Parts: sequence; structure tokens; C-alpha cells
Amino acid sequence: MKFKTFAAFVGPSVFMMLLFIAAPLVSVFIQSFQVTQPILERVEVETCTPGFLTQTCTTETKTIPVLDDNGKTMTQTAWVGLQSYRNVLQMDKFWEAVGNGSWNDIMQIDFWKALRFTLSFTLLTLPLVIGVGLAIALAVNNASRTIRGPVIFVSLLPFIITPVIGSLSIYWLFVGDGILTAMMERWTGTNISMFAQAWTIELLMYFYRVWHVAPFAFVIFYAGLQTVNMDTLESAVIDGASRWERLRHVIIPHLMPLIVFIALIHLMDCYRVFEEIVGFRSQAHVISLQWLTYDFMTPDDAGNRAISRASASAMLTMIGIVFLLILPLRRTWRDHKGSAH
Amino acid sequence: MFLKKIALAGAFSLMGGAAFAACSYENTVPIKSLSAGFEAWKAVTDAMAECGNFQAELDQEFRTKQPAAFEANPSLYQIGGVSNGTITPLINAGTIRPLDDLVAKYGQNLTPNQLIRINGEIMAVAMMVNTQHLMYRSDILADLGIEVPTSWDEVYAAAEKIQAAGVVDYPLGATMKSGWNIAQEFVNMYPGFGGKFFNDDNTAAVNSEAGLQALATMQKALAFTDPEVLVSDSTYVQQQFQQGKIAMANLWASRAGAMDDAAESQVVGKVAMAAAPTAVAGGAPATTLWWDGIVIAKNISDEEADAAFRLAMEGLDAETVQGANEAAIWLVQGYEPTDIAAGAIATAMATPAPPAYPSTTQMGLMHTALGNELPAFLTGDRDAEATLVAIEEAYTTSAKEAGVLK
Repeated sequence: MKFKTFAAFVGPSVFMMLLFIAAPLVSVFIQSFQVTQPILERVEVETCTPGFLTQTCTTETKTIPVLDDNGKTMTQTAWVGLQSYRNVLQMDKFWEAVGNGSWNDIMQIDFWKALRFTLSFTLLTLPLVIGVGLAIALAVNNASRTIRGPVIFVSLLPFIITPVIGSLSIYWLFVGDGILTAMMERWTGTNISMFAQAWTIELLMYFYRVWHVAPFAFVIFYAGLQTVNMDTLESAVIDGASRWERLRHVIIPHLMPLIVFIALIHLMDCYRVFEEIVGFRSQAHVISLQWLTYDFMTPDDAGNRAISRASASAMLTMIGIVFLLILPLRRTWRDHKGSAH
Repeated sequence: MFLKKIALAGAFSLMGGAAFAACSYENTVPIKSLSAGFEAWKAVTDAMAECGNFQAELDQEFRTKQPAAFEANPSLYQIGGVSNGTITPLINAGTIRPLDDLVAKYGQNLTPNQLIRINGEIMAVAMMVNTQHLMYRSDILADLGIEVPTSWDEVYAAAEKIQAAGVVDYPLGATMKSGWNIAQEFVNMYPGFGGKFFNDDNTAAVNSEAGLQALATMQKALAFTDPEVLVSDSTYVQQQFQQGKIAMANLWASRAGAMDDAAESQVVGKVAMAAAPTAVAGGAPATTLWWDGIVIAKNISDEEADAAFRLAMEGLDAETVQGANEAAIWLVQGYEPTDIAAGAIATAMATPAPPAYPSTTQMGLMHTALGNELPAFLTGDRDAEATLVAIEEAYTTSAKEAGVLK
């Protein structure tokens, strides 16, 4: 292909990627080393507040931002090096807790608490998603042709639901006396509060995520199953291989690239777990790294936002994803190189 | 065909909304407003919509949207619904305009009490006061022979009796959802014990005797509330009340009207209101005073501001209030206090009076720190002293980042 044609095809996508992926990333990276503060002054302010009958006016010294001639808040930006990262990681507190050998103390530091959950959520749901996805794919593949269409359609439904809506539905099913809690209460005769302690909330989150993502794994595996070499399977049958042996020695090796692919996508997606935290309102018990970034970003009533810490936290999340992806990526790379020869 | 019908129905309902039913004039300038989404705002914005060319956005997330929306030029909304807690970022950024001339032009019906003056300039017009008050099931308390509690100790004593009688699922409801709500509970309780939030140099001062007492009092509630109280916000508690699941709660006055709404409440006429309980005997009610009202954006033309303010006055007139008397503790003329307002009025007029919510830049940071650090105490993961230390550390970190502390 001529370079000109190649550039015309690839150019727009490269431009988009630079504009919408690389540029924001660079800006977040830079902001994580900066702190932008409004220039503040302390002034006497008289504020009048209505009571029910009369007004009370109080004069107090308030710290307020200085406005420039255009009515904009004046700000100053300073380089602070790794200060924002230190504020997020709180290493001094972390080492102190490690020194005391107190797991509970480590879990009181937001970042480490979030990291603990994010990692266990990502790593525990991964085998479940792959296992359940493969099981559905095998079941559908073995189902009779007449019902295959509807079964595929129904199995795909959980994947179509928007994560926020999905987690909210689970929340409303299980909170207080939601339908399912009420049913379980009648069944067991005890009062069940799924959202009163961390482990039940986490269990619901794992359940929800597997339910939501397994259909995606299923579709990929199902497509993969169509390409399994029938001759190999038949010779395995003739050699007297059992169902399990055929799965173990023929089908799974054949699907391995797909399993790695699903694992890659799942690790990336799961490490950004956020919807479950918001939908289940689990902030009191369980938080995730992505939620931590969001919490830093959310302005409070006075309009303050911790942009620098949010940037640092976002960068740390990205570094975490890269670490998680190294293993499956190395495998793909090796496979790729192997097939090139 | 079906879609067509829906589209038609939608069009008609829009036209219905824009009918110039009870408005004294026809509004020709397009006006938009952004405010919170409770009963009183519905009443006010519905009245404004009667004049036409008006779009209201009622959103409980308004507090995070408003500062950016008003900073845009031109501003995305002409009218903002604020409270004393949420006006601070708008004042700080200078995105709302002084209203003195507009009040002189259109504000004949306003009382001096409604005019929120900051350094002498009118920056907002208040329409209602809001505060927490003790809502209780009068039938249950009467059946069990319990006096209406006036302090938190009495509340817990009453809760114990109600729990023993087993007439409701949980004697108490509380707005302890992690984040803003639970922080507000502390902000209510802590000054009741005489605590102050900051030292003169803006450093935090919550790690104090009063702080420990406030935490202990909050913790006592857990024995009487729904175990899932850390996910419960105002709406959740309101629904618990309406479904007859709880007997008492210290809840917002703006939620009182919903108790007698026959369309959604099973306890119509059974919920009565008293002043917010005190933290210590003879002290001020452990709550904060709030007001809700309107502001006008700065980044709009004077003509738009004129139209917006005139429209707002139409929404805040006696007619609106008489149509929605129960929706709030109105400051607007024509309001007739009813039984459900008794508690809030008693709270607001108590001596010593509860403080107004201290809305400042520091308080915003403190509120966030409280909201993030308090849950660990209530789940039992951390003791009271460590929690107060953690709150101060969290505040100090964010205050340094925001430039409030050096």
C-alpha cells in the first residue's frame, strides 16, 4: 500500500486517539504533580440569615477566594512533586500499621482499603466469569438447534443491561425488605439485612458482576466452539476419550487465546469497578479505587474538589491495570511470536 | 401508530404545562431554573411554569451541577435554587448577582426576613426555612404512655420502650447514609454539645470532649435503627415512616408534608412533630437552621435577569403558598403554620437557638472528611478517638490542598 493511502486510512483514528486518549492522559499526569489553589483572603463578612420570625445577622471572618477584574477566581498553580501521591497512598500510616501488624489499621486507609477490594473483586470474579461463560457456551452448543436461538438471546440479556441500572435493581431486590430479602426472610424465619455488613455486600457484588459479564464470555466462547476441529474431536472419541478428557485436551487448548482475551478485557474492566459501589451505596463498608477517584473529584457544598489527589489516584489506577495486564499480555506476545514462525 | 399516540400525548401534556392558567402576566423570555427536587420546589416551579417559557430542572444532585453551570457564560440557568449550604461556591466564584434593584422593582411582597444580605447586598431571596425536627408516631407514644422526648437521652429511653413493645420494626430512623448525610448528623449533634469545628487559624477542632460525646450519642442510635442504616438517606427514612416501619426520627422539616400525603403514606394523621431533641438538658436543639431560596445568575443579560426575577416572584407569591401550605415552613406572606410545622417552628424559636449551618469553604472540606471517616466508627472498625483523629487528618490534608491551611 502506498504511504499516502495508508495515512489517509489510519490518520483519522490516530488523530482521535491522540486527542481523546493521549492528551487527557498527559494532562492528568501533569496535574497529579501540581496543586492549583485559589488565592484566598480573610475578610469580615456580614451575613443575614432568616429565622422563622426575625433575621439574625452575624459578622464573622471568612476565608474567601479573591476575584480578578473579570469576576473569575484567581488561582495559583504550584509544582508539588509527589505530594499528591503521598496524600493518596499515606505510606507513613501504612508502614506504621504494617509495623503494628494490624490488618485492621491498614484497612482504615482509604487507598489500601479500596485496593484490597478492587484486587479481590477482579481476581475472584475472573475464574468465575470464564468458568460460567464456558459452561453456558458448552450447554448452548450441545442444545438442539431449534431452541438454540432463543437460548442465546436469553443468555445475552444480562449483558445488555446498563451496569448502573443492573446494580440498582439488585440493590432494590435485596435492600431492607426488597422482594428477595422478604422471600428469604419468610423462608429462613430470620431477619436478613444484606446491606448491614461488608461481606454480604461484597458477595452480592461478585454475584452481580459474574451475572453481568458471563454472557460476554459466553458469546466469545460460543463463537470459538464453532471452530473446533471436528476431526480431532472424532478421533478423540474413537480413542475412547471421555467428555471431560475431550474438553480438557482438545477444546480448552483450542480456546486458550480466547480465554486470554476474555481475561484481558475482564481485568481491565473489573479494575475500574465503580457502578456496584454507587448502585449498592456500599461506601460505608466497601470502596473501590475508581470510586476513590470519583470521591476526590466530587465538589462539596462549598465547591472544593481535590483535583490533584484525583489525578494521582487515577494515575495509580492506571499503573495497577498495567501491572495486572503484564501476565496475560506476555502470554499473548509469546503466542504471537510463536505463530509468526 | 402507538408511537404517534405517545408523541401526541407528550405534546399535549407539554402544552398543558405551558397553559397560562393562574399567572398574572405572560412571560416572553425563555427562563430555566435548577434547584433541589423536594415538594416545595415543585410547588414554586409549577407556579412559575404557569407564566410560560419556563423550564425547571429539579435535581437532588443540583449542588454538584450548579457551580459549573452558573460559571458558564452565558449561564446555563437564569434562576438557581440554593440553600445556605450551597450558596457558598456561587458567592465565592461571583456567579450570582446582587438583587437590590430587582427587589425594589418587583419585590413589594417580600418581607425583610426573606432578603439574604451579604455585606449589605441582597444576594438571595429565601422562601422557606428548613431544619430537622423530631417526627414521631403520636398514636404509638400515646398507647405506650410515653411523653414526647425533648432530649436525645429521652429519645433513646422512649426507643427502648417502643422496642420492648414491638409495635414497629425499628423504633428509630436515621439519615446515616455514608457521605453527606452522616456528616450532617454529626454537624447537628456536635454543636449541641458545645463543640466548635475550627480554631481561629482554620485548623480543625473536632477532636474534643464534645466530639466524643457527639459520637457516643450517634452510636447509641444503632441499637434502635434498621441494621442497614448506613445506606439510609432522607427519602429512605421518609418511606420507612410512611410504611409504618419506624416510630421516631429526627428528620428534615421539608419531609413532614409527605407523612400526610394519602397517596403514598399509610400513617396519615398519625405522625406529629416536636422540636429537635437537645444534646444536653437545657441546651439548644441538636440541629442546624437552613433556608432555601432563589438566586439569579450573573452571566446573563439584564433583561433576562429582570424577567427571571419577575417570574420567581410569581412563583413565590401568596397564591403558591396557599396551594402548597403543607409543603414547607414558608417565609412567604400568606403562610398559615399548621400542626406539621409545629416542630420546626419550635426548633427555630427555641432558646438557646440552634446555629445556622456554618457554610464556609472550610466547612465544605470538613463535611467531606466527616462523611468519609464516620462510617468506620459506626461499623465498629475504629474507636471514637481514632475516628476523630482521622477526621482531623483528612481535613488537614484537603485544607492544605485547597489552600485554606498553609
